[in-house]
This record gives sequence, structure tokens and C-alpha cells, in this order.
Amino acid sequence: MSASVIRLEGITREYQMGGERIRALAGIDLEIDRNEYVAIMGPSGSGKSTMMNTLGCLDTPTSGRYWLNGHEVSRMVDDDLARVRNREIGFVFQTFNLLPRASALANVELPLVYAGTSTRERRRRAEEALTRVGLGARMHHRPNELSGGQRQRVAIARALVNRPSILLADEPTGNLDSATSVEIMRVFGELQAEGQTVILVTHEPDIAEHAHRVVVLRDGRIETDRAVARPTLAAAVA
Amino acid sequence: MPLYEAVRLALASIRAQKLKSFFSLVGVMIGVTFLIAVVSIVQGMNVYMTDKFAGALVGVNTFHVRQRPNIMTGDVEGEQWREWSRRPRITNEDAEFLRERVTVPARMSRQGFDQLTIRWQGREAAQIQVSTTDADYFAIKNYDIAEGRAFAPQEVQVGANVVVLGFELAKKLFDGRDPLGEMISVGGLPHRVIGVVAEQGTLFGISLDKFAVVPITSPVRRLVNRPRVIDDFTIQTDDIPQMREAMDEVTALMRARRGLKPGEENNFYLETAEGALAGWEKISAILFLALPGLVAISLVVGGIVIMNIMLMSVSERTSEIGVRKALGAKRSDIMAQFVVESATLSVVGALFGIGAGLLLAMAVAAFTPLPAAVAPWSIGVGVGLGILVGMVAGIMPARQASRLDPVAAMRQE
Repeated sequence: MSASVIRLEGITREYQMGGERIRALAGIDLEIDRNEYVAIMGPSGSGKSTMMNTLGCLDTPTSGRYWLNGHEVSRMVDDDLARVRNREIGFVFQTFNLLPRASALANVELPLVYAGTSTRERRRRAEEALTRVGLGARMHHRPNELSGGQRQRVAIARALVNRPSILLADEPTGNLDSATSVEIMRVFGELQAEGQTVILVTHEPDIAEHAHRVVVLRDGRIETDRAVARPTLAAAVA
Repeated sequence: MPLYEAVRLALASIRAQKLKSFFSLVGVMIGVTFLIAVVSIVQGMNVYMTDKFAGALVGVNTFHVRQRPNIMTGDVEGEQWREWSRRPRITNEDAEFLRERVTVPARMSRQGFDQLTIRWQGREAAQIQVSTTDADYFAIKNYDIAEGRAFAPQEVQVGANVVVLGFELAKKLFDGRDPLGEMISVGGLPHRVIGVVAEQGTLFGISLDKFAVVPITSPVRRLVNRPRVIDDFTIQTDDIPQMREAMDEVTALMRARRGLKPGEENNFYLETAEGALAGWEKISAILFLALPGLVAISLVVGGIVIMNIMLMSVSERTSEIGVRKALGAKRSDIMAQFVVESATLSVVGALFGIGAGLLLAMAVAAFTPLPAAVAPWSIGVGVGLGILVGMVAGIMPARQASRLDPVAAMRQE
């Protein structure tokens, strides 16, 4: 049992692709502590996406061990992983991935539905999360009635609503203009300041600059792992 | 995920795609419509046959001593016809013999039947059922007299040329005028109208009010049967056990009178409502046997349609399924979502089917002589089948959905 939220030991992930063996991750060792703000970077094909899927318990490693919040998840099977995703991880995706026919509120309630939370509690916590991301007035709008930035805020509210151990964002600003990107990055900054562990996966250096630590992948290995010289939050926003 | 969540989700996605949902429901709807309509009609026929057909034609607690059956609701072989025709006719003497010896208290009446033409002042009614009877006939048939009176035993004794008319016949001949006391021609023989029987209604759309009743001794008897011969000796008791007892007595008496040896078949026939219904019961049994087949075919087709719709829905919503799984939906949650959606779809179809079936049954009852009575159990069966078909049809697509890899699923747009 370690104090780290995330501990990876010798994680590899191999795919079979048309008779060819592809090594997406070739032995990753990584520890992330509570309340860290980490960006995982790398060019396409570096293993970034596989890394994100592994951290998010969407994919199981071929070998190596992964402890999330003290529990070894690398040996878990489908339904256990679903429970871990539900309780421990809040996802924010590049394409938002909201349910198009459901209101913002219903989208945010979704993880709580699978957690078996009561209707009333669900409603209360979803409203709270939406208010937290500044969408208190838009709870009953559907995704197509919201701007890109607002959609991503709904997705963040959905990621937060189960009070996860880690907030895992995959290119969260990839589909947003730069002004909106800044807004969204500010939300992440605030959440981290409130104690949330945040992991960003991105290929954009200026987005990665918001994090306190940058891990760069290349060919399935960690190339560099450095702390960011901290520009103040205020400077980043300005 | 609780069941009501899954149902709510299913209803929402049915609402979202009304037209597609409707088409996918048609198969189940037709199956259930069929079920409800056929069961209602058969059930209605049952009630009708038992109450009206048997009641009106045979009579309550009544049996008829006859040469051969009068009412046949099934096919009769030629051989059977020939055997019936070889039998001795029932005679006045048989009737007298039975009347003196049957110990069970009963009303009894001889009867002869024929189709004759009836005329009055240039008006004519052809093919009218004329019965020649004893005076107790009216009580046995439970005829209320609307006007005038029935004939009395004394009139039977003397062979009075009097006639009691059915309601519709009286209306047709007299057209609102008072028929009582008028002389009409029954098969060419003059008879005085003394009464009109209250309206009896219809049976399968055929009026039960086009008849005339005359004493069995009236001059008409010569047109109806050879001397001494009668068509039917009717016996009515107070209840069914007494009727059975009387039937046993009559069987024994007739066998003795005709000198039948043990083992020899009866050469007479005792007709009861039950016997008259035997043919109908065979028909309704066949209908009820064929029904599951018919319903099953449409439900299988309906199930296949729903399965396809669900498969389409799964592939359309691949990315939604991916998101749900990423957010913590277990396989069983996804499974439940699609099975319940499929079952809900199917139940909605079944409900439409029940509605359509009831309308169809009502339409049949309203526009054809066939009656209809809704069987509550058939509605339950309809809903149950809807759930079953939907669940079975949903299993395969739901399994497919539940096994999707969330990463790959989310990548799909």
C-alpha cells in the first residue's frame, strides 16, 4: 500500500495487428500522488492513448501491475473494472461524449445511475456538480443546445459527480477554440487547487503547460518526466 | 440499474424514434390483435351457442325424442343418414306410451314441423316454419304471449283450426293491424289467429319470429306428417338431474317398446342442448387448437423484426454504449437496458394489439351476426406474450451490446 493514487510497474501492452505484434507500451513505471496535476504528452503513436486507456481502466495491460488507490486493478475482469471506472475515475473526452438525447442533468446523473444512487440524491449531486462548473442555469438543456465549452463543462460535471480519485482528461480542449480552451483549463486548475488529482493527456505543449508535471512518452516508454517551472495561475489566464 | 430506470430509458428512446418504433411493433401487434379478436369471437360464440342457440332451439332442461337429430353442427356421413332414415318414425302411440309411464314430473308435447305458405287477404309469407303441437309447447318454449292467448288442451282435443303467430310473421302479414280473430290460410287451410308470441330476436342474423303454431290435431297435420306420425316428442323437467333421470326412463321404455336386445343400438335419438352443441364444441376446439399456431407465427415474425430493430439500434448507439461502459455500466446493465427496451417495445406493440383486437371484436359483433365476448385472460396472455417475445428478441442484440469494448465503441461515431 503506497500513498500514491496511481502506481504502474513494468506495464506493457501489446496488440496483434494483421499478424504483426505492436508494442504500444513497452514497460512503464510511474507513480502519481494525490492532488498532482500531471500532463501526459507525446507524438501520435507514442502510446499516449493506450496509456490513457490503461490509466482509465478501459484496457488491461499485457503485463505489469497497476495499483489504483491501493487496489491492484491490472488483474481485474470486466465488471470489476466497470465498478472501478464508476467510483474512481472521472473521464473527460475530446469529443465530450455526452448522450445527445439526454439533458445536461441526465448526462451528469448517469454515473450515479450505475452506482445505484437514489433518485433524489442523484438529482442533488448532479445539480451541485453542474453548479460547480457554472452551468446551474442550463441544467435542462440538451447537448445540441449548448456551446462546445458548455458541453465540455457538462462532461467535467459528469466526471466529478462520483467524487473520483482521478480526473482523467483526454485532449479536453482538442475540439475547442483557444478562448474556450483557456476557460476549460481554468476549471481544471481550480479543481486541482481544491484537491482533485488531475491527469491530462494531450499533444499540445501549451495545454500541458497548465500541469505541474509533464510526462513525455515516446515509442511506448517514458522519455522524460519533469516538473514544470510554475508560472502562476494568474499569468496563465492572462 | 433498477428496472424502472431501464423502462424509462426504453420509453424515452421509443418516443425519440416514433415511426421506426411503430413499424417494429407491427408484427407483435398483429399477433396479439389476432389472439384477442379470435378468442373474443370464439368466446362470444360459446356464450351465444350455449345461451341462445341451445336455449332457443332445444330448450332449457329439455330433451327431444326423435327419429334422428334435428340440429347438426358438424358433417354427417352418408352411411349415418341412411341408418337414420331406416329407423321407425316416432308415433302418437309412442308419445302416449311414454306420457303414461315416465315417472319424473315433466311437461310433454308432441311436435310436427313443416315449411308452409301462409296467406291473408292477398298477402303471402312463404317457407314459414309451422309447428303442430300440444298445448304445453308454449310453456316448454318459454314463449310469452304478446297478444291474445295460446291454445288450450281442449282445442287440441277437438282439433280446432286456430293458430298462434310469431311476432315478425304477424307484423309482416298484418302490418300493424290487429291480427286477432282474423282467418288466415295455413298451407291452404283456414285457421283463426288467436295469439301472437312476444319477440324472440335473432339467431345468427336469422329471425326467430317467423313461425306459426297450430294444435297437433288441426287440419294442417295432414300436410305435415302421415297419420299418427310425429317428428318430435319434447319432454321438459325442472332441472338437469331430473332431465337425466327422465332420459334414462325414456331410453329404457323405448327400447322395451321396440323390442331392442341388449347390445343393440338405440333406433331413436334423444336430443339435448348438450348434444346439439357437440358439433360446435368440436369447431371451437379446432379454433382454439389452430389459434396458438396462428398467433405464434405472427409473434415469431414480430420477434424477428424487433430483433433486427434492436441490432440496428445497438450499432447506431455503439458510441453511447461505449460512454455508458466508460462511466461504469456493467455488462449486466447494458444487457438489461437493451432487453428491457426490446421488451418495452414489444409490450407497447402488444397493447396496441389488444386495442386493435378489441376494436376488431367489437366491429365483428356490431356488423356481423357473429357475437363477441372479451375473455379477460386473453388480455393477460397478450401482455405476457409481448414481454416474452420482446425479451427473447432482445437477448441477442443486448449480448452484442454488452460485450462491446468501450474504447473501440467510443471511437465510433
